[in-house]
Amino acid sequence: MIEGLNPALILIAGALLVPLIPQPARRFYVVLLPLVSMLQLVMHSHGTFAQLNFFDLPLETFRLDGLSFVFSLIFHIAAVLGVIYAIHDDDPIHPTAGLVYAGAAIGAALAGDLLTLFVYWELTAVSSVFLIWARRTESAFKAGMRYLLIQVGSGVILLAGLIIHFTESGSLAFNAMNLETIGGKLVFLAFGIKCAFPFLHNWLQDSYPEATASGTVLLSAFTTKLAVYALARGYAGTEMLIWIGAIMTAFPIFYAVIENDLRRVLAYSLNNQLGFMVVAVGIGTPLALNGAAAHAFCHILYKALLFMSMGAVLLRAGTCKGSELGGLYKSMPFTTVCCIIGAASISAFPLFSGFVSKSMIVSAVAYEHLTLVWLMLIFASAGVFHHSGIKIPYFAFFAHDSGIRCEEAPLSMRVAMGITAALCIGIGVFPGLLYAILPYPVDYVPYTVAHVITQLQLLMYSALAFTVMMLWKIYPPELKSVNLDTDWFYRKGATALLLPVSALTARSTESLFSLLASIKSKFLSVFEKTVGPGAWLSRSVDTAGMVTLTMGSLLIFLLLYLF
Amino acid sequence: MLLVTSVPFDMIEQLPAIQLLLTLLAAPICSMLRNGDLSWRIATAASWASAACAFAILHQVWGGGSISYEMGGWPPPWGIEVVIDELTAIILLLVTLFGALVMTALRQSLTSIMRHQRQSLYYTTFLLCMASLIGITITGDAFNVFVFLEISSLATYTLIARGRDRRALTAAFRYLIMGTIGATFILIAIGFMYMLTGTLNMADLAERLPQHHDNKVLHASFAFFTIGIAIKFAMFPMHYWLPNAYTYAPKATTAFLAATATKVSLYVMIRFIFDVYGVEFAFGQMQLGTLLVPLSIAGILVASLTAVFQTDAKRLLAWSSVAQLGYMTLGLALLNVNGLTAAIAHMFNHAMMKAGLFLAVATMIYRTQTSSLASLSGIGRTMPWTTAAFAILGIGLIGVPFTAGFISKWYLITGALDKDWLPVAILLIVSSLMAIAYIGKMLDVMYFKPAPAEFAEVKEGPMSMLIPCWAFALLTIYFGIDTRLTAGLAERIASSLLGGS
Repeated sequence: MIEGLNPALILIAGALLVPLIPQPARRFYVVLLPLVSMLQLVMHSHGTFAQLNFFDLPLETFRLDGLSFVFSLIFHIAAVLGVIYAIHDDDPIHPTAGLVYAGAAIGAALAGDLLTLFVYWELTAVSSVFLIWARRTESAFKAGMRYLLIQVGSGVILLAGLIIHFTESGSLAFNAMNLETIGGKLVFLAFGIKCAFPFLHNWLQDSYPEATASGTVLLSAFTTKLAVYALARGYAGTEMLIWIGAIMTAFPIFYAVIENDLRRVLAYSLNNQLGFMVVAVGIGTPLALNGAAAHAFCHILYKALLFMSMGAVLLRAGTCKGSELGGLYKSMPFTTVCCIIGAASISAFPLFSGFVSKSMIVSAVAYEHLTLVWLMLIFASAGVFHHSGIKIPYFAFFAHDSGIRCEEAPLSMRVAMGITAALCIGIGVFPGLLYAILPYPVDYVPYTVAHVITQLQLLMYSALAFTVMMLWKIYPPELKSVNLDTDWFYRKGATALLLPVSALTARSTESLFSLLASIKSKFLSVFEKTVGPGAWLSRSVDTAGMVTLTMGSLLIFLLLYLF
Repeated sequence: MLLVTSVPFDMIEQLPAIQLLLTLLAAPICSMLRNGDLSWRIATAASWASAACAFAILHQVWGGGSISYEMGGWPPPWGIEVVIDELTAIILLLVTLFGALVMTALRQSLTSIMRHQRQSLYYTTFLLCMASLIGITITGDAFNVFVFLEISSLATYTLIARGRDRRALTAAFRYLIMGTIGATFILIAIGFMYMLTGTLNMADLAERLPQHHDNKVLHASFAFFTIGIAIKFAMFPMHYWLPNAYTYAPKATTAFLAATATKVSLYVMIRFIFDVYGVEFAFGQMQLGTLLVPLSIAGILVASLTAVFQTDAKRLLAWSSVAQLGYMTLGLALLNVNGLTAAIAHMFNHAMMKAGLFLAVATMIYRTQTSSLASLSGIGRTMPWTTAAFAILGIGLIGVPFTAGFISKWYLITGALDKDWLPVAILLIVSSLMAIAYIGKMLDVMYFKPAPAEFAEVKEGPMSMLIPCWAFALLTIYFGIDTRLTAGLAERIASSLLGGS
């Protein structure tokens, strides 16, 4: 352990060496690297380190306290699991981009000032997009571009916000902020985009299912949870977050139920789980913040596990569409078991990790007597069980037999899934281990009779609903279709309702664009004529011309100086 | 014992002379050899040794010291004095270090265009050019500046004329005419000063000139000097020789010329304005600022815009050089600490980045034999390392944070804001956008366009060219983070130059 050395730097610097290391050694190296940096983190004392001045601005590039510790620890764990999962793949882009991405997320979680946060914030965007592009398909490339645009955009808004915040308050320190000032609003918006707030969420469902099998596992762990951390640090107790979070928990459920691509279903349920954390941050009591941190911790694990199992299916069966899968439990028994463990965890079955963290948040809501929010969270919990807990394993591994017979997942994937599944159960059975590292002292018992009974009732009724709907064949069938999300508003719904308006808008935008295009082409041709190759400004002037020019200048100078 | 201990001291005292002689003596040795490889080895060794001397000298003057050395033991004003302060040392380092890096890459670059025996003569010219640039930088004698300026110009014409393209000859000829006019003007300016004061030593001149401030001869001298030196460092609109000269100069040579020749001329301008004519005379009485500022801004905008529309990689970079020189003169004309810091730091940073960019392009040309952008398309896939270095350097040129280019632009914009010249600061940002456009255009072509069939199979550049390229690229990042050597030093120089006025 080196005092003051930021673990993020170990990861990022080490990751850049990955492509240079030949293959058999690389496998060990990529697993060892995050372990070394995790050791550095765990052994390090709390406090603020690596303070430096950048153009006279005091920066705190390494701040370790309770909150940042939990998040950077789970980011490390996710990085280890993510690289183990991808070991079978020889493509060096995965471990390189993945570890830089993890390092950037950890660096952001450990940042003590907004400028450092911004630098790592942008680095997460730039590094993670390679995980999408690594799929090397046309649609992945385009989705990656859209993803990059939005992520970098969030960083630019953050930069603008932090500059305004700095001029308003004179401080760059990353502590509690408020929504009263413009700077605070902009920073909040930047966090909100990364956190996939409602109507800012499209990038998530758009890009995650397009990434590679291993890429999605890593993607699901860092970006959004980093945003949750940033909100917990900057905006804990902001009431607006409670409502934003509550909407986030509820609305993706409908999309998740009708979606066919199972990885996209998981992306929607990711959004829904984030809602729980955002609600907790909005409440802002120590119990709620503990709940947010604990839920982020557990969520990263079980969501990674679910994405891992779907990634294994994608690798072996070649598709993740619910309509094309089914009956895979015969071919992939181990993956099936792991997927069910992940599903049980996300549905918050007692003795699984989701239960011990989610019940903290639900209790925190109850203690504040927010009845409506509580009801929304309960509804969302039932919905989660429905689409992630039952739908995912059911359609992938059971349902009608699709006739696909494939191999079990490769060893590296099974090892990663096994460890993750063990962690999910371990936390569920021994919640004390998790509670011990939470930022605030924990005085909370998850396993009370009331909690367990409520949760089981909820789960059973949800299961009943699914069964009944399946039996009566009214469950939304798995169709080969693409769902429209918020883009529905401008694609389908509006055409009927707002046809005249949209036609008018279309016409006017069209004419505007054609006007702009004609202006542009005119401008360009003017430029081409003046400065283009061979045009008068950039033409090579012959000797006589140059000499005349010089003499003229001299004459002007002399006239100016002498008279 | 006494002898042993005194030797290193003697060596250190003689450093300025050694610095100059290393390259000056290596040149005739190379010319006598008929073996290209051997003379390359000698030339490279001499230039690296000279870079080491520059480091040692910089170390000696670090913190504000200055060295005065009497050539041949003749005391000034009769003998020639060598004066080295921090500004001199950083320019020396620029010339020798970047010259040595380019020299390292030069051998491989020349093999395809020149017969073996010819090469030793080429190294001779290269060394002479470097020696004369060192001479210009260190001398404390005004006439000596002219002499070395002539040597460097003659050597440069030869270097350019060796280009394989026939047009290199016209480019060299035009540069010859322009360079000669420039040098003559400078000579006339120095002659006028000598007429007035009877001395050629810069320190003496500085002492005696103030009493002639109202003399028309001195005014004429200043006008001749300004125009003469403006031609030399290609200030807009006296820049027309530069794009052709850079475009048709052979291979890696452009990297050396772009890095050093114009920067040294600009150094002469700073030297003369601050230490000979005096800043009050130049900017107060002669209103140099009112001429420099609009010309610099016009140069920045016009040249950047022109660069955007170029279709040849080398010509594009050459036009960008004209724009970047505008940044330096603008920083000088701002006449405050931040502006002058920007000018000096950008001399170093731009030399580094532009040399690297030209070297990367030279490496590509080494494989493709052409520098038109169309034939460089898709080269990011066939020559990934070269293109990656090019991308880093290009990003530096745009001025992205954590690259060297950002540092100098930051100081320049701060300098403009210090003067409350908000429109100038905005124009600087607009010109950065243009830099994004022209660098982005090249990167777009290199990475995203499909490679033409004939170049689909080109190999990665040779190691001996790649390593210098990457050295430039890594230095660009290094100096974007550690600014003690560039901005820190430049700030000290700027405040001492302005403090004297």
